[in-house]
Amino acid sequence: MTAVLAPAEVRRRPAFSLGRWLEREGVFSWLMVALPIAFLVLMVGYPFFYGIWLSLLDRPVAKPGVFIGLDNFINDWHNPVFRQVVLNTFVYTIAATILKMVGGLGLALVMNQDFRFKNLTRALLLLPFIVPTVLSTIAWQWILDPAFSVINWALKVADIADPGPSWLGNPHLAMFSLIMVNTWRGLPFYAITLLAGLQTISPELYEAATIDGAGRWTRFRYVTLPLLKPVIFIVTMFSVIFTFADFQLIYVLTRGGPANATHVFATYAFDIAMGAGQFGQGASIALSMVPPLALIILAMAIYLRSGKS
Amino acid sequence: MTVDRRNWKTRLLMLWLPLGVSLVFALFPFYWMAITSLKSNQELYNRKVMPLIVHNPTLKHYVDLLTETSFLEWTWNTFLVATVSTAISLVFGAMLAYPLARMRFAGATMVSFAIAATYLVPQPLLFVPLADLINRLGLGDTLTSVMLTYPTLLIPFCAWLLMGYFRTVPIELEDAARIDGASRLQTLVKIVLPLCGPGFISAGIFAFTLAQNEFLYALIFLTKTEVRTVPVGAIAELVKGDVFYWGQLMAAALLGSIPVAIIYSFFVEHYVAGLTAGSVKG
Repeated sequence: MTAVLAPAEVRRRPAFSLGRWLEREGVFSWLMVALPIAFLVLMVGYPFFYGIWLSLLDRPVAKPGVFIGLDNFINDWHNPVFRQVVLNTFVYTIAATILKMVGGLGLALVMNQDFRFKNLTRALLLLPFIVPTVLSTIAWQWILDPAFSVINWALKVADIADPGPSWLGNPHLAMFSLIMVNTWRGLPFYAITLLAGLQTISPELYEAATIDGAGRWTRFRYVTLPLLKPVIFIVTMFSVIFTFADFQLIYVLTRGGPANATHVFATYAFDIAMGAGQFGQGASIALSMVPPLALIILAMAIYLRSGKS
Repeated sequence: MTVDRRNWKTRLLMLWLPLGVSLVFALFPFYWMAITSLKSNQELYNRKVMPLIVHNPTLKHYVDLLTETSFLEWTWNTFLVATVSTAISLVFGAMLAYPLARMRFAGATMVSFAIAATYLVPQPLLFVPLADLINRLGLGDTLTSVMLTYPTLLIPFCAWLLMGYFRTVPIELEDAARIDGASRLQTLVKIVLPLCGPGFISAGIFAFTLAQNEFLYALIFLTKTEVRTVPVGAIAELVKGDVFYWGQLMAAALLGSIPVAIIYSFFVEHYVAGLTAGSVKG
């Protein structure tokens, strides 16, 4: 390339120097970004499109694939388990998101007061979010154990129920338990991020509102909430994307059971691709996450654009 | 929000009570992990014993975990994988972030779009094709397989965070270095990078904890004991069929969490800065 470009350069400048060419913004920038971009194209871009290709194949593991068009997606559509999976994923995502958002906002408001050991408290409250999820979920599995659940022990001692319910064995309770554990893990993220957002709100606004006779609720409703809206929105969108695609928590606690009651896209795709060895079918299930996720991201993009202009 | 300091009832209701409940909810599973790991099996599986405290503490589960399983090997693997993928991600992240923060070049929009798209693509979307690729490359059951795939999860975040830090370096400093004859690369290495230490710490801590947390790729790519990471090892080998070795599981969960918790406690401010950077500024 250099050889081809050189003559033109020579005409413009008295002496072409490679060093000077490398210093040009466009050249230097691309020299910097080329390697990481190539890496991302290879490890994310290529697998993404390869996944689309796989979803169009009948491709059992360790066998060559046969092109079958959209048959995998048509099979998904007619599969009652797949429909259950779609429903489960939405229930899980919506319920956990609402709990995390409301609880996180509440905790952020509580934390946004002056008190001693504030930094220590904040650090402790973030622990569920930073500890490896699989490891903390193992602790939850033991807390929810059918025979030795500490919750059931408490229910028994309090004379509420004996024996207590099977937290992960009953289909409805299993979903409820998963939502609670997801909330436990994700709530600190909301709380700490929203707290950072709260701290950017100028105290003078509250003082002005108070002078105008606004009570606690009015200040929250007309000062805090509008100013916090962009932060709430972004945090929620990120959280929705990762809750929607959650895998580890469900895999550890229920593996999608009992009777598929807690299977979501990720765990079901894993079962079909890795358990049953149907790579093509599994890829089609995973890809079915794209339309709902794309809508969420589109909504985010539109909101952010309208907010900025 | 300002609260009337003199009114202790309000203070109790609006501060200490919700804070206390939140702390108990957040920390109870860790307490439960710790005490379970210290109980003997007789105590663990005896429903007549009050379970909230340890009556006869024993380190048996820890001894068994460290001598009868490959836990130490898993810990080493986890550490190695997290360190290498964090290092790759910081270098690549900086290489993406600096031009985006400081230069005008054709395709800059495309590059930032690629980073955003990578960040928003959830892992479960890619694991099927990646599993096939890793098998074909003959990388199954090697730590290389996860060292290559984890950076895809970490680079976008590192790039994004570092971009913010690069922008805070006064452009006059860079101009002065350039006038004195420094090349662009020298300016970056000698002027900009040293000023962005906190950014690298924030991004590094965040990437490191994410890498330690990863489960799906490790579960699929690493099926042999000697290459497993702690989360996969615990799930795959401390649960035999329907038998859960609860004492050992809890000991493994606690020991596996401690390194992350220690690193985090030293850099908690950096971590929070990293966590909140994107959403609050954006």
